[in-house]
Formats: sequence, C-alpha cells, structure tokens
Amino acid sequence: MAGRFGWPARLAPRPGESPRDGGDGGDANENRAFGPNQRSTELPIVKLMDLSASFVVDRAGLDRLLGAMTARGYRTIGPVVRDGAVVQRQVSSTDELPQGWHDEQAPGHYRLHHDDDPSLFAWAVGPGSPKSEFYPARSLVWRASSADEVVTLEQPQEDSTPVALIGPRPCELAGLRVLDRVFAGGEVPDPHYRDRRASSFVVVAECGTPAGTCFCTSMGTGPGVADGVEVGYDLALTELKSSNEPQYLVRVGSERGAEVVEEMGGSPAAPADFAARDAVLDEAARRIERKLDASNVRQLLADNLGHPRWDDVASRCLACGNCTLVCPTCFCGGVSDATTVGGVVERHRQWNSCFDLAHSLVHTGPVRATTWSRYRQWLTHKLSTWHDQFGTSGCVGCGRCITWCPVGIDITAEVAAIAASDGAVPVYIESGGDRS
Amino acid sequence: MCMDAMLLTEVEPLLNPLTPVTYRVVARHVETGDVVTLSLEPTSGPSPFSFKPGQFNMLTSFGVGEVAISISSAPGAPGPVEHTVRDVGAITHSLCTAAVGSVVGVRGPFGTDWGVDGFDDKDVVIVAGGIGLAPLRGAISYLVDKPGRTGRVYVLVGAREPDQITFPDDLKRWERDGAVVKVTVDVPDSRWWGAIGVVTTLLPTIDFDPARTVALVCGPEIMMRFTVRGLVDLGVALASIRVSLERNMQCGIGWCGHCQLGPLLICRDGPVFDYSAALEKLISERER
Repeated sequence: MAGRFGWPARLAPRPGESPRDGGDGGDANENRAFGPNQRSTELPIVKLMDLSASFVVDRAGLDRLLGAMTARGYRTIGPVVRDGAVVQRQVSSTDELPQGWHDEQAPGHYRLHHDDDPSLFAWAVGPGSPKSEFYPARSLVWRASSADEVVTLEQPQEDSTPVALIGPRPCELAGLRVLDRVFAGGEVPDPHYRDRRASSFVVVAECGTPAGTCFCTSMGTGPGVADGVEVGYDLALTELKSSNEPQYLVRVGSERGAEVVEEMGGSPAAPADFAARDAVLDEAARRIERKLDASNVRQLLADNLGHPRWDDVASRCLACGNCTLVCPTCFCGGVSDATTVGGVVERHRQWNSCFDLAHSLVHTGPVRATTWSRYRQWLTHKLSTWHDQFGTSGCVGCGRCITWCPVGIDITAEVAAIAASDGAVPVYIESGGDRS
Repeated sequence: MCMDAMLLTEVEPLLNPLTPVTYRVVARHVETGDVVTLSLEPTSGPSPFSFKPGQFNMLTSFGVGEVAISISSAPGAPGPVEHTVRDVGAITHSLCTAAVGSVVGVRGPFGTDWGVDGFDDKDVVIVAGGIGLAPLRGAISYLVDKPGRTGRVYVLVGAREPDQITFPDDLKRWERDGAVVKVTVDVPDSRWWGAIGVVTTLLPTIDFDPARTVALVCGPEIMMRFTVRGLVDLGVALASIRVSLERNMQCGIGWCGHCQLGPLLICRDGPVFDYSAALEKLISERER
C-alpha cells in the first residue's frame, strides 16, 4: 500500500531483523549511502578526465577556484574569523580567509591567536559546521492563512543557488556523510537537504593543525582524506608549508572537480609534493592526543547502561545542549507554530536538543526526566545506537563537544572511564532487602 | 532570512513531507470526559489516504501545533476517517474542542501496523488499557467484519474508572458480531456491576487456544509488560504478541529524533512491534 507521498508503507521491520544494522564501523559502501557517484545528475559520468591527476597551486590558484565556482553560479562558503571564532560565511576572495589565525582548544576552552604566518588553514575547526548549510538551525516550513473557512497553505520557494563549501575538514565531510544517511538515506528523504546536498561542491581541506580536543584518528575520519570518488569530495586541498607562501596540493575527487581544477592554473604535482603532504598529515596525526577506542564502544555502552559513571557525569553536566548544537551530526529537530496578529500561521522547523527536558515529552511527562537519563541518551545514541539506526557511528571525532562544553566534559574520557570498569554497577545502600 | 522578501508558492504539488493536507471536521463525538473522536474528510480532492490499522497520522491544529494521533477507524470502512484524541495538552485540547466544520491538517499515515491480514485462521486476543483501545479499534472492527476469518476475536479492556471506558457502543457492536468482549475497571463506582481489577485478571477468564493465538496489546508500558507475561504464562508464544509503543513523535518520518527508544525510532520502526526479549529489555531499561 502506498502512502500519501508515494513511499511504500513499511510493514513490520521488527526488532531482531533490523534491516538497517550495518554492522560495526562506518559502512561507507552500503548501497543506500548517498554519494558523489549518485549526485551528478546534470553531468553524465563519462571518464574523459583523469581523476588521479593532481596539481599544486599557490594562493592565486585558490582565488581562481573561488572565481570559477562563482562563475558557475555557486555561493562560495568558506572560513572567516568573526567574534573570536572561525565560522563559515560567504567568501569571494582568499583575503577573507583566516590567514595567520590559529586556534587553541581544550575542554571548555577556545581561543584564537594571530601571527604573521601566511597559512590560511592553520587552525582546526570552529563551533560551526557545514550542517547548517543543508539543515538550517531554523527554517520556515509553511505558512497558512484562512478565509471563508478555507485554509490555504504555502511553502517557501527553496533557494536553488548551489553551495560550494571551501575548506571543510575531513571530519566535517565525514559528518555530512553521516547526515546524508539521516536526511537523504531513508525512505522519506528531506527534499530541501537532499537537493542542496546533491547540488553542493565540496573542496575539503586536509588538516595539518589539529586542536587539543581532536580525535579524528580514532574515528577514522582524518586528518587526511583518501583518494576516490566514493569519499565524497570534489577537490581535496593540502596546505603545504614552504619558505614563503604556502602551496596547495589539489587532488581531484569527481568529474566536476576535474573540470574546475583546470581553471586553477596549477602545475602537475611531483612526488615531492606528495611527500610534503605525507609529512603534514603524519605530523598532524602525531599531535592528536585524545583517543577513543571505536572498535568496541558500540557494545561497551550497550552493555553498561547502569554503569556508575553515568551518575558521575550527570553531576557535572549542565544539560545546556551546547554539545548538540556544535555537533556536526546531531540532527534532532522539531516544529513550532506561531500566529501573526493578522491570523497567518507559520510553522518553523528548528534544531532541538536531547538535553532539553521537553525532548522526550509524552502525555505522562518526560521519558528522560533527569540529566542522568539525557546524558546517557546522548552518548549512547552518538556512539552506539546510531549504528542500529543509520549503519554508522554518529561521532566523527571533531572534538567540538569537548571544546564547547562549558564544564569541559570530555566524551573520550567518559568512554574511557566506562571501559576501565566495564560491567560495574552502582552500589546502593539500602536498609535491608536484596535488590536482586 | 527576510520573511517578506521570501517568495511563496502555493502548495501544489506537495513538496515537503512536513506540510499537511487540509481536512475538515465533519463530526465530533465525545467518547468520555476527555476523549473525543473526530471524523475527518479532505477539504478537496477525491479520497483520503489509505492506511492499515495501527498506523498513525500527524494532526495539526493550525496555530497551536502538531501531534501524533492514531487512526481509530477501520480501513475500507464507509464514511470519514476517524481519529480519537485525549485532551492532555495544548494541541490535543485544541483538537478535542475543534468545532464541526473547522479545518485541521493531516500528514501520514506513518509507521507499522497490526498486520491484521496475516492471521485469518488464528484466534486474536486484543488487550487494551485506557486510551490504548483507540489504535486497536480499527483492527478490531476490521477483524470482526472480515469475511472468511475462522479464528475468534477476544477483546479485553481495562479502564481506570467506568466513566473512562472508551467506545462503549463499539464494545456492544463487536460482541453482537461475534467477538468475546470483557471489560474491567480499577476503581468501580456505585453503578458498576462488572469486573474489578487490572486487565491482566481477564486473561484466565477467556477460553482460547494459545497455540494458535495472536495477541495485540496497547496501553501503558507497565500494563503491556504484565499482559505479555500473562499471555506467555498461558502458553502464547512471545513472537505471536504485538505491542504498540508511544514516544514523543514530531515528524513521523525519522528526521526529528524525538521518538528514540535505544536503537529504535518508534515512528519509523514502530509503533507496532513484535514482542521479543530485546524489546522487553528496552522498555524495562531504567530511566531516572
């Protein structure tokens, strides 16, 4: 039986035979994943260009890239410094990029410093992520007006200007691939997300300067990105230090990328350039201090829902929801209605947080009434039940939840504490009786 | 984003799954003090959505909000589609007090269903607690009316008080048409001459063959857990028991994250589930 929107009404995918269980790890090649090989609808995939060709460009080459994307009708979104943080804004020149800026990150701590370093990408990640380009923090869903007992609904016309993301990190690209499964990989895709994502152009910037809170190496999402069209970028940049101006190794990840790279005016990359890239990435990986054992965390958390560490972390967590706002994969949302004085009703969709008391509200009250329950929900969802729901981990190791937590709760430390006493149960002191 | 500068287009064709279709309230029936059944017809267009018993819709009261409500009529039944709403909050209050002739929004149907076409030769034991009868009502009517069914239908209903017994006319009708119907209340009043006690006390009073029985259960989670225990004690296989779960549902299509229960998104994977040890563990897991 087909539903009203034409998708088949699903009959009983029951627990125990979950069709979504993709197993452990990031099941990147699962066929319902949404990737660049499926999104070039306007460009037929004809292998005319050599995707393995790589180039080296200077900063002027990046400006030519911005110009080429603008000429193709893209809105170019890149990193800029605003209000003491690296954030994403529309950029038209490399002059707007964070030249010489460096970030200092620790649990509950983020500071920017500036020096005369000519590098444009010598920082890690800021509080914002590409999530908001495809899933805005707040958007109008529809507007309804009524006259003569007839209600008329209008939907906002989508802005069809495609987005070119300039410089998202490999971990942020991994975050988008997670969101792709949520909003574009299910039976009912979000048309706004799907269309904007499908038309987007991604210039990923490999990371040579991870922050103190990063753990992408544990999650397999950085600091570099692999070759190949399945990875999901159009072009991949690596900022190579040199005696004066930095150079950029440019690798091609799609036909569209191959077309654009022609206009960047680079010279073919030499083995020395790849050696320089290896050095950048090796150094970055070496600097990453935090670790999360991703190999067994899914089962570890599922087995430790009563672990005493939840009491410990609940005593520190403020349930403010900052971690969910900065997370590049947190997708919870909701709608709310507002009525104008003239009687026009507008329904907006906005991000929600599982740390909000109302998030789990049913008629008898909230299902998760305490911070204990809500922190456990967030962490077990992110690292464990996300696999069940979407066939991948919900964590990409960007470290934002650690940096932007006002009390510095560290997801890697919480997991390590549970792992260190796997199977522990709280000790309750009661006056007699056997709890078992 | 500047709202005034935004171009708006009329919804045709319907693009966004979050946008409802307008339906008119053509009848409003008060079931109990705080439970109302709304009969809805599309404001335009030929026919309403098709659905299976156990599925739900997202109903919008314009200007108040949207809430998940079970479809309480039977599929294929003549007349408008019915939804039964209990007045427990701002949105449900607005729906419960919606006047005949007013317009509401409908999205759906969503979720899994009771699978009522899958067991024509089996006895069906239906156990409902309180408003939990609403998502079962369409299934019961469908099973009672379905030609060619050889199994019997048992309807066991528990209500807190006699005043809170929903669908009394349907209970009589189902009994007249061959179902075994039993009702119990937790707290009787002076006019109550029926059974007293929780709904599980009705289980041993019916004569059914557990080996060829399917059970459909909906009510508070603790009631469902104990009902399952009672059914299993009588010999019903765990895999032959289905329950309908409730969580906060805001989208119906797996985008909003509100209805999570461990690995499950209730709107997408449920609300109707085959009972299992794994499901029992999920709904028994302690929250604080």
